[in-house]
Amino acid sequence: MSDKYLNLVNSPAGKAVASRVGLPRPAVLRRYRPGAPLLPGPALASNAGVAKGLDIEVRDADDGENRWAALLYDATDAAAVSDLVPLREFFAGTLRRLASSGRVVVLGRSPAGTDPAVDATRQALDGIVRSLGKELRAGATANLVLVDGDASPESALRFLLSGRSAYVDGQTIRVGPGVAPTEDPARPLDGKVALVTGAARGIGAAIAEVLARDGARVVVADLPMAGERLAEVANRIGGTTLQLDIAGPEAPATLLGHLGERHGGVDIVVHNAGITRDKLLANMKPEQWDSVLAVNLESQLRINTALLGSTVLHDGARVVCLASTSGIAGNRGQTNYAASKAGVIGMVRSYASAFARRDATINAIAPGFIDTDMTHAMPFATREVARRLNSLQQAGLPVDVAETAAWLSSPSAGGVNGQVVRVCGQNLVGA
Amino acid sequence: MSTRRAAVVGGNRIPFARADGPYAQASNQDMLTAALDGLIARFGLQDERLGEVAAGAVLKHSKDFNLTRESVLGSRLAASTPAYDVQQACGTGLETTLLVANKIALGQVESGIAGGVDTVSDAPIAVNEDLRQVLLSVNRARSLGGRLKALGGLRPGQLKPAIPRNFEPRTGLSMGEHAAITAVEWEVTRAAQDELTLASHRNLAAAYDRGFFTDLVTPFRKLARDQNLRPDTSLEKLAKLKPVFGRGPDATMTAGNSTPLSDGAASVLLATDEWAAERNLPVLAHVVDGETAAVDYVHGDRRADGLLMAPVYAVPRLLERNKLTLQDFDFYEIHEAFASTVLATLAAWEDASFCRDRLGLPDALGSIDRSRLNVNGSSLAAGHPFAATGGRIVATLAKLLHEKGSGRGLISICAAGGQGVVAILEAA
Repeated sequence: MSDKYLNLVNSPAGKAVASRVGLPRPAVLRRYRPGAPLLPGPALASNAGVAKGLDIEVRDADDGENRWAALLYDATDAAAVSDLVPLREFFAGTLRRLASSGRVVVLGRSPAGTDPAVDATRQALDGIVRSLGKELRAGATANLVLVDGDASPESALRFLLSGRSAYVDGQTIRVGPGVAPTEDPARPLDGKVALVTGAARGIGAAIAEVLARDGARVVVADLPMAGERLAEVANRIGGTTLQLDIAGPEAPATLLGHLGERHGGVDIVVHNAGITRDKLLANMKPEQWDSVLAVNLESQLRINTALLGSTVLHDGARVVCLASTSGIAGNRGQTNYAASKAGVIGMVRSYASAFARRDATINAIAPGFIDTDMTHAMPFATREVARRLNSLQQAGLPVDVAETAAWLSSPSAGGVNGQVVRVCGQNLVGA
Repeated sequence: MSTRRAAVVGGNRIPFARADGPYAQASNQDMLTAALDGLIARFGLQDERLGEVAAGAVLKHSKDFNLTRESVLGSRLAASTPAYDVQQACGTGLETTLLVANKIALGQVESGIAGGVDTVSDAPIAVNEDLRQVLLSVNRARSLGGRLKALGGLRPGQLKPAIPRNFEPRTGLSMGEHAAITAVEWEVTRAAQDELTLASHRNLAAAYDRGFFTDLVTPFRKLARDQNLRPDTSLEKLAKLKPVFGRGPDATMTAGNSTPLSDGAASVLLATDEWAAERNLPVLAHVVDGETAAVDYVHGDRRADGLLMAPVYAVPRLLERNKLTLQDFDFYEIHEAFASTVLATLAAWEDASFCRDRLGLPDALGSIDRSRLNVNGSSLAAGHPFAATGGRIVATLAKLLHEKGSGRGLISICAAGGQGVVAILEAA
């Protein structure tokens, strides 16, 4: 489904009108294409060392003329409020020359709870980056990476600089000490076995495609009723189908049996299957509540617990759970859905240490407004307004969620665990 | 030369639809391709070159002369997978299974797909025979005058198309009318037919409810279950139906205890154990043996040589070759063309004088444990797209044997032309 408004304001006439009357001007985002360079141009870094391991052109001095594809600022040593002054100066002189779909990435550290001045300074970075995200135009994004100890930010930086993170904006990603093997950036999931639930359509199908593109052998699962489209997805990506109701009582055993016998175990599990049964709480029937909680949350809990206790889940595995911005900000008519999605966030935080003991990770993705069949069914005006209510002034695409899922599934993302990454273009609600 | 047993790896079919229902706009090629693509997706066979694909259809357009090969080309299999069409009426699906299994047994291929498809909704309609002769004459004529002269043979009555009908060319009787004669001859009661019909619906519904078909069926055109299935049918409802075949007080065959005209397709993946193991694929069962028989329903005995009685003759020959008795099976899959056909078949095997006189046996073949018959339903409930039924039954029985973990099953399928195809599967 195309965004006609976005196409219009990117035409010469549309651009002129929109800029004169002050209409939103969403940009065509730079998205990942296999084989494309990580950045389309040079990056300016406050400290060239932060780009270590990345195949990009980095300079540590601004010549006052260059257009920068990315601006990287290392604030990991910031310990006093006055340490933020160089940061302001760095960006003040360069932001106007940030290229289209440019990237601002600030490296910082998590507040440690020992020194109030240090923690205040560290927390200040969060406010700076979130505000910068809202100031940037032309498809540029701003994100913050918090580095624990001597963990490497390389994987997070590669993701945030690349077109894979096109719709990830205003986010804070914490990189901890987890085991993070290196990988071939062109095929980071080579040889991995992945399971994607709810894969017959929309975001799930996009996740399956991107995981397969990145080298994984993908098992796509969905309800038996969705089998025809599921088979199409499997045949498109060279994967295999598993028709299964993940909320069924025997689903965990069936899943583990299938993955063990047919595929020798599993390295990546993406819990994408989800349903909505929207009603105001006062009008909600018990089955509307129960079915949403059963499919969106309880099935994930039961399957994850079964996986953790089984050798079918390989050590070093990656589990990605689909939450939603509704679970963060709440949404009228979605107490059941928001309960399930907020529950997913609580779940991944709680599971993180248990998965870490197996060198594995579990994270959540909270998509914002993504163009799918579901949002296509919304009334036109509601959809048009909802599309613009974020810093990038457009809806995300299923592939944007899929790229984030693929990154969190990659070996090198082992330092990211128990976190929630929003793929929402910095949605104005729910911060 | 040593032989090896072919493994049934799995199956896939589309739900069976009633004629002119949800698949009314689907061609045989559409449905067969869908059945193949579902199988390919389930087992990850994309771009794989299989030994062969054998399938067919009973009602087939002349343009579909290479139906199976065209379906393979439209599927995600490697285009280098050879294919051929087989047509043995309702025995097609089982006969293709035996053909592929035999090639595997002989070491000629390592893997293959057997199957079948049929549509009565998208049936070929031929031009009237008189019109066809005129048009062929026009085509043969060498001059304009000759062509005009040939066209002079056109008559309004020739516009009436020839629509394929479900009847035997040599008797002019429909299959149901033949079955009705057999039902009378073997004294098959209406009550017994309705009971078998009810069991078929209940068993099929229960199998769906327990998820038995989740890895055997892929939905097609928004149909997720067999359309003909009536989980809530009852003896009372079945008893209310008027007979449609046979005449007078002896007429017992209704639309309920006869299979409806149906559309659908089925496929079965066969291979050697090694081929399956290399791909981490399961082996559900092995194909042990098969036998085909035929009866002279045109000139033969009204009772013993009924149109659909050939399996009665095929099974004892198969049993003898395999040193088995009729009671040595854990599952019996007897195709329910009509409830009366199944019951007449069982009655014949229980009839000592028939077994002595016609089958050359010392005594009756005996009765079977009816609780082992069509335990997950059969054609009365599922519907019966002619050539697709064999694939449905082979995959169903193979999975039943796999679930049980041991034992063997007997398949019996009657077919038009007085033929019958039977086979034995054994748990892997």
